[in-house]
Amino acid sequence: MSAPEHDMPPQDSLTRDPSSNELSRRDFLKRAAGASAIALTGVGLAASLLDRSGPPASDLFGGKASAKGLGDYSLPELRGKPGRMAIVRANPQGQPDRKAMLERALASLGGLGAFIKPGDRVLLKVNAAFATSPLLGATTHPDLVAAVTSLCLSAGAASVALTDNPVHSPESCFALTGIAEAAAKSGAKVILPNENLFAPVTVAPSGDVGGRLIRDWPALAGAFKGITKFIALSPVKDHHRAVASMTLKNFYGLLGGRRNVFHQDINGVIAELALLARPTLCVVDGMTVMLTNGPTGGSLSDLKAMHVMAVSTDPVAADSFGMELLGRAVAEAPYIKLAETAGAGSADYKALNPHFLDLGA
Amino acid sequence: MRIDIRIVVARRISQVFFVLLTLWLCAVATLGASFWRLSGWPVNFILQLDPLTALGTLLATRTWYAPLLWAVPVIILTAFLGRVFCGFACPLGALNQAVGWLASRVTADIPGARGQALRARLADNRHSPWQAAKYYVLVFLLGAACFGSLQTGLLDPLPLVFRSLNMTIAPVVDAGFQALFLKPRHYASAWLLLAVFAAILGLNFLKPRFFCRYVCPLGALFGLLNRFAPWRVGKTESPCGNCTLCDTYCEGACSPSGRLVVSECLMCMNCLDACPQGRMTFAGQPSAAGEEHLPEPSRRGFLFAALAGALSTPIWTIGGLADTGKNPLLIRPPGSLDEARFLSLCLRCGQCMRVCPTNVIQPALGEAGLEGLWTPVLNYRLGTSGCQVHCVACGNVCPTAAIRPLTLDEKLGQGKFAAKGPVRLGTAFFDRSRCLPWAFERPCLVCQELCPVSPKAIHTRTFFEPIRFGQADIVAAEGRKLSLASLPNPTVNLGSGDYHLRPAGLNSMNSPETGLRRINAVIWAEKGQTLTLDAEPDPRQGWKLAPGSAVEVVVRLQKPYVDPARCIGCGVCEHECPIAGLRGVRVSYENESRSGPGRMLV
Repeated sequence: MSAPEHDMPPQDSLTRDPSSNELSRRDFLKRAAGASAIALTGVGLAASLLDRSGPPASDLFGGKASAKGLGDYSLPELRGKPGRMAIVRANPQGQPDRKAMLERALASLGGLGAFIKPGDRVLLKVNAAFATSPLLGATTHPDLVAAVTSLCLSAGAASVALTDNPVHSPESCFALTGIAEAAAKSGAKVILPNENLFAPVTVAPSGDVGGRLIRDWPALAGAFKGITKFIALSPVKDHHRAVASMTLKNFYGLLGGRRNVFHQDINGVIAELALLARPTLCVVDGMTVMLTNGPTGGSLSDLKAMHVMAVSTDPVAADSFGMELLGRAVAEAPYIKLAETAGAGSADYKALNPHFLDLGA
Repeated sequence: MRIDIRIVVARRISQVFFVLLTLWLCAVATLGASFWRLSGWPVNFILQLDPLTALGTLLATRTWYAPLLWAVPVIILTAFLGRVFCGFACPLGALNQAVGWLASRVTADIPGARGQALRARLADNRHSPWQAAKYYVLVFLLGAACFGSLQTGLLDPLPLVFRSLNMTIAPVVDAGFQALFLKPRHYASAWLLLAVFAAILGLNFLKPRFFCRYVCPLGALFGLLNRFAPWRVGKTESPCGNCTLCDTYCEGACSPSGRLVVSECLMCMNCLDACPQGRMTFAGQPSAAGEEHLPEPSRRGFLFAALAGALSTPIWTIGGLADTGKNPLLIRPPGSLDEARFLSLCLRCGQCMRVCPTNVIQPALGEAGLEGLWTPVLNYRLGTSGCQVHCVACGNVCPTAAIRPLTLDEKLGQGKFAAKGPVRLGTAFFDRSRCLPWAFERPCLVCQELCPVSPKAIHTRTFFEPIRFGQADIVAAEGRKLSLASLPNPTVNLGSGDYHLRPAGLNSMNSPETGLRRINAVIWAEKGQTLTLDAEPDPRQGWKLAPGSAVEVVVRLQKPYVDPARCIGCGVCEHECPIAGLRGVRVSYENESRSGPGRMLV
């Protein structure tokens, strides 16, 4: 194969005939047009994009279009009214059966059908903060994930997804906690906290709470896209700084960014989290409670089997019950009262007249 | 049916296959269970084929690590057939060849251009005595390895290509898709890695397969190994028509038309394809035009390079960087050998940095000295968390066990390793001039919360300390509510539950038990301030809310301390510390399990 042959070398009309200094009229016009085009482009760009004031100062807050929280998924008929709650105790001698407990609790509240309607798209907020075994009780138990998922699906939910933005590396967290496997088996989709799922949100003030800390702050908004129901599944854990980590502290995992700065005002931020996303239901899993070395635990000796589970529409009430499991007064965790004053729920779970149920022998 | 394919086509198919395999093995080296994740894929396979790695580690440690046995078939193949690996398998060789092809492609549609290009190509592909340089590189590196400093990975094409793809190309490409990584990956000094990679590819514009011909120590090793190869490329008769088309297309510049320089033949097989008369063969006979083995062999040169390499190792040790002069931030991944043995095994292939789920393993630039360039070092400011307690991925992908493949039991100090205790990477130290509770009287305690050890290595003591501008006079009081007139506008949330009240100056009242009252709510206005306490003060404890008396706000501070006997140096505290720049708690290598000089506690 050889290159195609030409009789004449191709010529650039602008440089034709180097021996002649004459520029033809035609070539002059071409040059003039080209030069004008470049000049006009320069003038046009400057005129159309002129910025007289220069760049504004970087502004941490404002400027960005920020969503107002992640949504209110509570049942409309319960808004502004006392929540509903059921507390189940399992047979301490029996095999832990979270599904049976959950079904018993929900039955007393009118069944899951009272909360999940056919076609609902459900998001579960699990606590998958740490890449540790479910035996260590630092994360939502996979049995609970599986039970809630299958109950939601049998209540007609169109889809069930779960998410968390954990402390440790996300894939490892979902894998080692057993949550990924439970989700796969029961039909829930795991939404990993991909960077592109985060969008800035602001918590609007309510009472003394809100509008101060979570302002234009990245939150896991992408996971909430299109969902109609939101359920929080939380273990009950000791927490040195916040006193206790249950439902509301679990919502810390909806934040992105360098969220740890908020630990300076831990009660303030947890109270804001109570307003960030209003759940349809909360499950507080007290089968085993982490009494010491929380919220990471790391040893079986940090745990105590308590065989209890609470289901509530009120996250604040659920947490006030969790405090009882931890053997601590509600006042010891000031965020619970703050969340109550912000209107997120009741700091006294007994005010909800919970159903006390016993599966015990 | 008989299918005839030209040998060069077979070579190209093989090269494309190995490049794709390399890319695939790079892609799947991500923790995870799905098929395109690290789920049994032999991610080290290509690295394990490398005889230079096998020989280098052999010289440095006097043992042949079992996973490197894959190099044996490659050695056998080379001994009998020549540099098949360079021509058919090496991913960097294939990339070099592709760039060289692009560089010499004739695009100008000018008469004579093709002839001119062919002449230029012939000149480019003429044998050069400088091709001996790579043998000096090889001998230098092996000389250093003999004395325990394994530097082969810097220039060995296989670690180089994995390192470059995984730490420069993959993060850039994936930033748009987020298919491999949830968060964009960071690699310190990626620019240098890419600069080297780009320079190697760019040098093909100077001479085709420049790196392969002049620099590649692995190629040089293959060039020595094919010394007695019974089958080789060569001319069947000489003289021939002397059209030099074989030389023109020769990738290795081994002079096939004249005296063949056997060690330089890359087995590109272009000469077989180019010869219009079919006078080039690959057969069990010497080339009819004669052969020599090495380019410009110079015993003095070899000796000098070997000596220089051997001398380089003691020179490193004079710097004391593996000893008491070690950089305090030189924290190696869990399971790493002591520094001296580590440097006799680490290839700088970057597999540990690639697989690390939290992206904390970084290529060292200066941390390990020049000798440790691009060896893995933990940087807890980068990445998505610290070293994950229940993760042993890095040691299990390390192709040479510079990072030993730990079991979880060994890492955590469980089971039969209980007496030994957990693997420690270093110790966390609080910088009390930067830590929020220590330096600025602000509650924080993220570090303690996330310390993964049980019992926690970070523990606290509680102090109640007066805040600045926290004194005011009581104007009125009723029950647990009180009004103040002169409390300056607070810069903290006094109603957050962390702030308490006591009579001004009453330092002995330093706990709720001795009378402190928590502030539950604050309404602040310029004219007057209203505070709600958690309970009315107890007069029996020495105070009541008397109008006219002064009170002061104190903050409850849980100040963190490290228990060095429990700290494993995982760095989660440092990573999560909200002081974004220079962290308030930082890990350095003291007390690391792997070394004597690092020992801190007795």
